[in-house]
Amino acid sequence: MDAFKRVPVQEQSPDERIKNFDEVCLGYSEDEAILEAQRCLQCKNAPCVKGCPVEVKIPEFISLIRERKFKEGYFKILETNLLPAICGRVCPQETQCEQNCVRGIKGEPIAIGKLERFVADWFRQNCEFEFELPEPNNRKVAIIGSGPAGLSCASGLAKLGYKVTVFEAFHKLGGVLYYGIPEFRLPKEVVEWEIENLKKMGVEFRINMVFGKTFDLNDLKDEDFEAVFISSGAGLPSFLNIEGELLNGIYSANEFLTRINLMKAYKFPEYDTPIKLGKKVGVIGGGNVAMDAARVARRLGAEVYILYRRTEAEMPARKEEIMHAKEEGIEIIELVSPVRFIGDENGHVKALELVKMQLTEPDKSGRCGVKPIEGSNFVFEADNFIVAIGQSPNPLVKKAIPELELNPNGSIKVDQNLMTNIEGVFAGGDIVTGAATVILAMAMGKKAAQSIDNYLKMKNKERK
Amino acid sequence: MNEIVIKKNLAPDVWLMGIFSPQVAKKAKPGQFVILRVVEKGERIPLTIADFDREKGIVYIIFQVVGKTTAILATLNEKDSIEDFVGPLGMPYEHNPDDKSYLFIAGGLGIPAIFSKVKMLYSEGKKIDIIIGGRSKENIFFEDELKKYCDNLYISTNDGSYGKKGFVTDVLKDLLESGKRYDEVFAVGPILMMKAVVDITRQYNIKTLVSLNPIMVDGTGMCGGCRVLVGNEVKFACVDGPIFNGFDVDFESLIKRNSYYQDIEKEAFEKHKCKIGLGD
Ligand SMILES: Cc1cc2nc3c(=O)[nH]c(=O)nc-3n(C[C@H](O)[C@H](O)[C@H](O)COP(=O)(O)OP(=O)(O)OC[C@H]3O[C@@H](n4cnc5c(N)ncnc54)[C@H](O)[C@@H]3O)c2cc1C
Ligand SMILES: Cc1cc2nc3c(=O)[nH]c(=O)nc-3n(C[C@H](O)[C@H](O)[C@H](O)COP(=O)(O)OP(=O)(O)OC[C@H]3O[C@@H](n4cnc5c(N)ncnc54)[C@H](O)[C@@H]3O)c2cc1C
Ligand code: SF4
Ligand code: SF4
Ligand code: FES
Ligand SMILES: [Mg+2]
Repeated sequence: MDAFKRVPVQEQSPDERIKNFDEVCLGYSEDEAILEAQRCLQCKNAPCVKGCPVEVKIPEFISLIRERKFKEGYFKILETNLLPAICGRVCPQETQCEQNCVRGIKGEPIAIGKLERFVADWFRQNCEFEFELPEPNNRKVAIIGSGPAGLSCASGLAKLGYKVTVFEAFHKLGGVLYYGIPEFRLPKEVVEWEIENLKKMGVEFRINMVFGKTFDLNDLKDEDFEAVFISSGAGLPSFLNIEGELLNGIYSANEFLTRINLMKAYKFPEYDTPIKLGKKVGVIGGGNVAMDAARVARRLGAEVYILYRRTEAEMPARKEEIMHAKEEGIEIIELVSPVRFIGDENGHVKALELVKMQLTEPDKSGRCGVKPIEGSNFVFEADNFIVAIGQSPNPLVKKAIPELELNPNGSIKVDQNLMTNIEGVFAGGDIVTGAATVILAMAMGKKAAQSIDNYLKMKNKERK
Repeated sequence: MNEIVIKKNLAPDVWLMGIFSPQVAKKAKPGQFVILRVVEKGERIPLTIADFDREKGIVYIIFQVVGKTTAILATLNEKDSIEDFVGPLGMPYEHNPDDKSYLFIAGGLGIPAIFSKVKMLYSEGKKIDIIIGGRSKENIFFEDELKKYCDNLYISTNDGSYGKKGFVTDVLKDLLESGKRYDEVFAVGPILMMKAVVDITRQYNIKTLVSLNPIMVDGTGMCGGCRVLVGNEVKFACVDGPIFNGFDVDFESLIKRNSYYQDIEKEAFEKHKCKIGLGD
């Protein structure tokens, strides 16, 4: 075995996988995981750990894998990361834990994410989740939104004996993990398993509850909730605000992915939600959302082009997913920026006018800017376009709590304990950071659980 | 949860249902809607809250069978439950307290959309005229219920089998030409009807509100599928609307957007009818 190279992980071949929605990466077998774990140098100062936003005890869990103590490995990760099966799959490891791995200096870094996922999957397949309920303290906390921030806050509080209720606007739980990230990257079964465990821990879930519409802070007070954690995510899709954006055939990535993931439109008419996609599709953007939308479109049989303002090197999407997209035959057109959509006589889009861009000198942060090349406009024809240029916090929450202080970009302002300007109301995840990552959202949920516990204990003392 | 406690047939293919949903009933206001999913494999569709009873926790919806989802909904009976029922969504209807006289115009399934507003305004002592219209006499429903809450109720049918022969806009023209004036006109129904109303009231410069019905998915502002052009600005009808100033609405793009899935939805409906033995 070459100690500088990773143990390769089994994947569905590109030809095969573009015909289904099954998971692309099949994960390590026990023996493969052990082989990969053996490459770890068990560094004393473990720089990998510093790259992880929640400081997973990486050398420790890897060492347990070597000893075939997979269950113990799982619990080792769980000490700091509530959702290893999910983070192992979707974390941007290449810029976090794995970027710091000493093995990466001369060879390939340890596949930390893949190992993390391995132990979590192994546990899910071989063990029952058991949980000793703590002494209940009969104090109620409400959580708004069931994405990773909400789920981890719920878990943290349930472990401390709180009575937790999670309120979710949709009819399915998991937030972006359910309706955003597609099945072929994160099977819904994994998300559902985590939620079942939370239920076993006594967490109550109420679906179809829209904060600001179905209920508000006063209703929560009436139900004796003593603290609230707002984790409603960054759900508002940005549009380009250019001519022709109302033409038929132009989807926001949110709409496209919601139809597919939440509503299973790819199974229409077995499922009732329709989706229409022509032969050629242009996806605008360069982040994870754009990659997911493009790869879904590919699986629906389209020829797919990603249209991006900068170059591939600047794309914010995970490298692994850019590679997967390219393997699947998706073409990236760099350095182009949308000018206007062009429609046919029926009000359906038929093309997008683009202008070519050029990189400018790097700024102080080292990132290159772009500017349009005058007169370089050209027309790119396609049957559909998917706009994936970002999303911002949904204003529903603010409308429901007018006195809530926001940052200039519309995200909720919090102090170092994640409390908002309203006493007892905390916030975390994308609604605070703007669109970020699963692991950051999870870390904030965990921190909020701690802050809420401190806050309620103090409140108790004051009362006495 | 979401149990159907009342089901009534109002007209051919038009049903009224009372759904037990205390949480929605508690917050519902005139002008708002719900999104429901009938069955696990179903789609999410919006329906106007026709009326609500806070004490009993009941929300009333009125719908017409036009495709697969409404057809499945119509097969449910009292004591059955709807999979999901979310709301109230959208902005409530707001009116200027100084306005005294109102004209409500409802075509077809627009009738449920005016009911709770009319009821509210009438209880505040406003003067209210109503025009309702449909294809034929059998398509006119809710006449008696509406009569209780207005000063004048006018009816038109396309075939002349009941009320004035023609369109609701013909009645509107007559009223305005005869010198009637209103502080506000509220029109809801087929898009072409709302557009025709606005084309008339604009000439008389009478404030006109319309309630729009674009295709929706989530109903909470997170997909942008319901976007409409209002006053040259893109609005999300599910959170910014569904009620807008009729003079500002770009009806053409709305008509086109609403037809987007028509062909495949129709196909799915036909298949469904075959399966349950309704097809020919
Ligand atoms: C397509 C896509 C791909 C992504 N890929 C990756 C990736 O590979 N790796 C990565 O780390 N990150 C990825 N992200 C980002 C990551 O998913 C988010 O940063 C993370 O999910 C944020 O978690 P959250 O808990 O703050 O919010 P969300 O996951 O957005 O959850 C918020 C929840 O709140 C609910 N909600 C909203 N408003 C209300 C209301 N008024 N009342 C009640 N409930 C409400 C929503 O329905 C939702 O369920 C991706 C995001 C998208 C959209
Ligand atoms: C705010 C709002 C309030 C409404 N209130 C009522 C009401 O009180 N009573 C009533 O009968 N109808 C109402 N509608 C229309 C109703 O949602 C559609 O009739 C229903 O979705 C049709 O579904 P289907 O599968 O039976 O028919 P389909 O064959 O799928 O569609 C028939 C037509 O309905 C419209 N439609 C389809 N899917 C949707 C969707 N997801 N969202 C919105 N429109 C869609 C399209 O114009 C389509 O051409 C309302 C729509 C909106 C947006
Ligand atoms: S949680 Fe993410 S960053 Fe941390 S070790 Fe796991 S994969 Fe790496
Ligand atoms: S840095 Fe790499 S080799 Fe060192 S302990 Fe971490 S994973 Fe193992
Ligand atoms: S229905 Fe999705 S934003 Fe309005
Ligand atoms: Mg339908």
